[in-house]
Amino acid sequence: MTTPSLSSLIMAPINAVMRIIDAPLRRLQKATGIGGMAAFFLAPNMLIFGIFVLLPLVINFVYSMTGGTAFFLSERDFIGGAQYSRLFECQNYLDPMSCQEDAFWTAVGNTFWFVVLQVSLMILTALITALILNRELAARSFWRAVFFFPVLLSPVVVGLIWKWILQRQGLLNFGLYQFGMDPYTWLTDRDWTFAATIGVSIWAHMGFYALIILAGLQAIPKDLYEAAEMDGTRPARVFWRITLPLLAPNLLVVVVLALIKSVQVFDEIYVLTGGGPGTSTLFLTQYIYETGFASALRNPGLAAAASILMGTVLVVLTLIQLGIGKRGENKGKR
Amino acid sequence: MGNVARFILRRRGAHGSGKGWHWTDIFTWVWLIGGLIIMFGPAVWLMFSSLKTPAALAEFPPSILPYVTSQATVEGYDKPLMLYDAKMPDGSTRVLAEVRRIGLVAQMVDPKAPGDIVKVNINDRSPVRIMSFATNNYTEPFVHFDFLRYLWNSVFVTVVATVITLVVNSMAAFALSKYEFKGRSVAMLVILATLMVPLSVIMVPLYSIISTLGLFNSLWGVILPTVATPTGVFILRQYMLTIPDELLDAARMDKASEWQIYWRIVLPLTAPALAVLAIFSVVWRWNDFLWPLIVLSRRELYTLQVGLSIYSGELNVQWHFILAMTVVTMIPVVLVFIFLQRFITTGIAGTGLK
Amino acid sequence: MGEIKLTDVKKSFGALAVLKDIDLHIKDGEFVVFVGPSGCGKSTLLRTIAGLEKVSGGEIQIDGKRVNEVTAADRGLAMVFQSYALYPHMSVRQNLAFGLENSNMPKAEITERINEAARMLEIEAYMDRRPGQLSGGQRQRVAIGRAIVRRPTAFLLDEPLSNLDAELRVSTRAELAALHGRLGSTMIYVTHDQVEAMTLAHRIVVMRAGQIEQVGTPLELYNEPANRFVAGFIGAPHMNFLKADVVEVSGELASLSVAGGYRVQVRLGQAKLNSGQKVTVGVRPQHLVVSNDPLSPSVKVRLVEALGSETVIHGDIAGEKMLAVLPGQQRLNAGDEVRFDLTTPPLHVFDDNGFRLLTYAGQLT
Ligand SMILES: Nc1ncnc2c1ncn2[C@@H]1O[C@H](COP(=O)(O)OP(=O)(O)O)[C@@H](O)[C@H]1O
Ligand SMILES: [Mg+2]
Repeated sequence: MTTPSLSSLIMAPINAVMRIIDAPLRRLQKATGIGGMAAFFLAPNMLIFGIFVLLPLVINFVYSMTGGTAFFLSERDFIGGAQYSRLFECQNYLDPMSCQEDAFWTAVGNTFWFVVLQVSLMILTALITALILNRELAARSFWRAVFFFPVLLSPVVVGLIWKWILQRQGLLNFGLYQFGMDPYTWLTDRDWTFAATIGVSIWAHMGFYALIILAGLQAIPKDLYEAAEMDGTRPARVFWRITLPLLAPNLLVVVVLALIKSVQVFDEIYVLTGGGPGTSTLFLTQYIYETGFASALRNPGLAAAASILMGTVLVVLTLIQLGIGKRGENKGKR
Repeated sequence: MGNVARFILRRRGAHGSGKGWHWTDIFTWVWLIGGLIIMFGPAVWLMFSSLKTPAALAEFPPSILPYVTSQATVEGYDKPLMLYDAKMPDGSTRVLAEVRRIGLVAQMVDPKAPGDIVKVNINDRSPVRIMSFATNNYTEPFVHFDFLRYLWNSVFVTVVATVITLVVNSMAAFALSKYEFKGRSVAMLVILATLMVPLSVIMVPLYSIISTLGLFNSLWGVILPTVATPTGVFILRQYMLTIPDELLDAARMDKASEWQIYWRIVLPLTAPALAVLAIFSVVWRWNDFLWPLIVLSRRELYTLQVGLSIYSGELNVQWHFILAMTVVTMIPVVLVFIFLQRFITTGIAGTGLK
Repeated sequence: MGEIKLTDVKKSFGALAVLKDIDLHIKDGEFVVFVGPSGCGKSTLLRTIAGLEKVSGGEIQIDGKRVNEVTAADRGLAMVFQSYALYPHMSVRQNLAFGLENSNMPKAEITERINEAARMLEIEAYMDRRPGQLSGGQRQRVAIGRAIVRRPTAFLLDEPLSNLDAELRVSTRAELAALHGRLGSTMIYVTHDQVEAMTLAHRIVVMRAGQIEQVGTPLELYNEPANRFVAGFIGAPHMNFLKADVVEVSGELASLSVAGGYRVQVRLGQAKLNSGQKVTVGVRPQHLVVSNDPLSPSVKVRLVEALGSETVIHGDIAGEKMLAVLPGQQRLNAGDEVRFDLTTPPLHVFDDNGFRLLTYAGQLT
């Protein structure tokens, strides 16, 4: 007899438990048949879904129509659409500061510019990276890993790494010092901080999108390129006439995916800037979080209303994505 | 050797016209080397910094490696004194300890003969620098702060959530891939729909549900909302669809109950997909921040991420500790990256999930 | 005991009726083969008997007891699947033990049964290997072994040889027959290969489109096929069918006109034919003999397949296709004319619905 392996030692008690569970489940199977067992297997997941995803989704609408600072629904008063009208109450619709919830509109504005700049720059760099990684390259998987590395880092770690680099005695100032420039407190400057949030979030997520685009590039049949080479097509033309059109559906999905993620930006920026200086990097999720929980004047109803507005944007984006996916599928069939 | 170099430096020019560097070759290598520095540099810098003493951290310009000015206790002086290489008028160099500085003149003593004071122009002396790893940046937070607690909380949340995720998701995936029943497509649709419900949209009502269930300030409140991941169900279902139904029929003929079929047949055969999901789940749960931040308000319950962000947000940030703890927080992810990177990248490329 | 009785068994998947009113009585110890073209419902019928599919109507009895509501696990049957369905993550031994463990059999008995089966099937050498490390033939034996250790009331085998190469298939076929002789239990065997059916079966069940066309011993089916479908399905190469008109009926004898006016006479027996009736005459390729009689119908040879021991002729007779299997080696080439005697071989006469009206034994000497 061989000595029992480590895995069998670990599995033995688990198997014993499973055997004990089996007896009542056999009775359940007798009683309900195989169809009943399907329900049994599905139940835990659906229960958790129901309680922690679907229920909140429904409650959110109710929540957004109630007022007060209490968290339990029963202790909150119904106030109809007051939270929404509060969000939309402005003297001058062109100036966010004239709105009652100026913080909300600041967050909306910040988020908008963030999304536009971050997504466009990130997809551009991701595309370039993917194109480069798709070349005939020594140690390609190493290079792929290089760009992918930050993707796995936790947002808090990302925030802290860059906070450390951007601080007064940080690496960035050191670099500038080497070129004879003066150190600067980057994170107290509104514009530089905003730029930093974009840069940092591109740094953290670009590798992920590069990877998906790379998968799209590699799905383009090689023989198309060979045919183009036989025809003596110039590389630039190959890119514009073959690579880009064939990559387009993949690229569109990636853009929408990036948009969806970008709208929800929070973690790493919160750690990096805390929304500051002032409200210059206050984004929607942070607004919802602070309105709902963190501030002394918390207003969960208002936070819920804001989150529903944000959810609407996300749903629209998701539907666009599904639409693109569908079209891509149909194309594939044809 | 020549072959290796040729292989590594393979380029468009060499491939196409046979000689010369095409501009795209140059661009490629600039991009790759630049990427290498930008992607890894910050983390490496963080790691070096985490080994520096507070004094070294405060220096500007900073040194890359953790150098400190060495000190010595000298007879007749209470405090340890800084050591300097001093250039003597005769041109020789001696190691002296600085007692005090008056204007441009430093009063120094020889540590071995502390009797006589030597006066040295401050431009003629340079500090003796030695490499010193401030390991107590790492030990202190565990001993004197709650970081050991936070580490434990993070490990607990990650492990428990991953185990539950694997069990619950695989059961659901099994039901959705191997049974025909009414409402199957509805269930699939519901799960698909939840893919687009991010935490930021439901955090307020979710918080009230967690409170109602008495899970506020409980690690279970952090764990439970995360375990029914739709992505997990999808990967596993996709994989289980490839297991032939005849295998299940064979097991039924072999008197296996449906539970046994799940446990003894389907789960072992789904191991590769389970491994991918496990890796993802570990990374997800380890990195979670916003939700634990909402649910946990008592210090002893913080996860590493929450603890780190709270400490780093304090007024006088103790960077030497924060940096060290950031490195600790990074370690599991870096390990995952080093050993399982291939798994993850192919997983992402195949499923487009993150 | 392993007596299985099906009464009016129906099965549909949604609107698709796959089995229609199946009636069948399988006796204990019998080797029954379900044969029919692909998609005719053989597997479904087998799975319904196994309990893996619920019937949509009718009744299944095993040893006189209704088992419609009994689960697959409790019907006491064992199945060998076409893909073998061995558990890939278990060793051969564990594969054999799995079912026994599930019925809480004592360890010692499990070991004993496994060893016995392993000896019987000669698979002892690789008991600790995984299915992935076995050849197709070895896997096939393990799959059978997994059924044997269960000592089932009946074995259900779904195309168990179809994944083997031709040579292995022949030898395994013989082993299966021997195994049945040894175990003596009921076996139900599904195949689309009529040679397998003929060589293995006590009784063959010919199926088409969810219905049983005929049940009988191999020779019954060969000699007296119930209809054109069975006649064409059993026997290789398949039977020739020629359009014919009944020209004249006088007493015991009927005169038919085939192949553009050639006359043959058949003895009526119990059957009735009317003059002017349109019928089909079936004649097996093996029964054709070359005739020197200038009055015999002539066949234009399109293709000659010389197999050495016999020669297969593909030809045309008055616009209809004609196959003949002639003994030995023949000096014939494509384009030749050859005459066959149609008066001596056994002839089957089918009505225009395809039912066999009569079989005329012929005058083969
Ligand atoms: N689970 C099922 N759902 C729907 N149709 C099925 C199912 N199983 C079999 N069928 C259909 O039933 C018919 C008979 O199938 P089967 O019994 O496998 O035929 P075979 O005689 O080749 O074994 C086929 O047309 C097949 O498509
Ligand atoms: Mg079949």
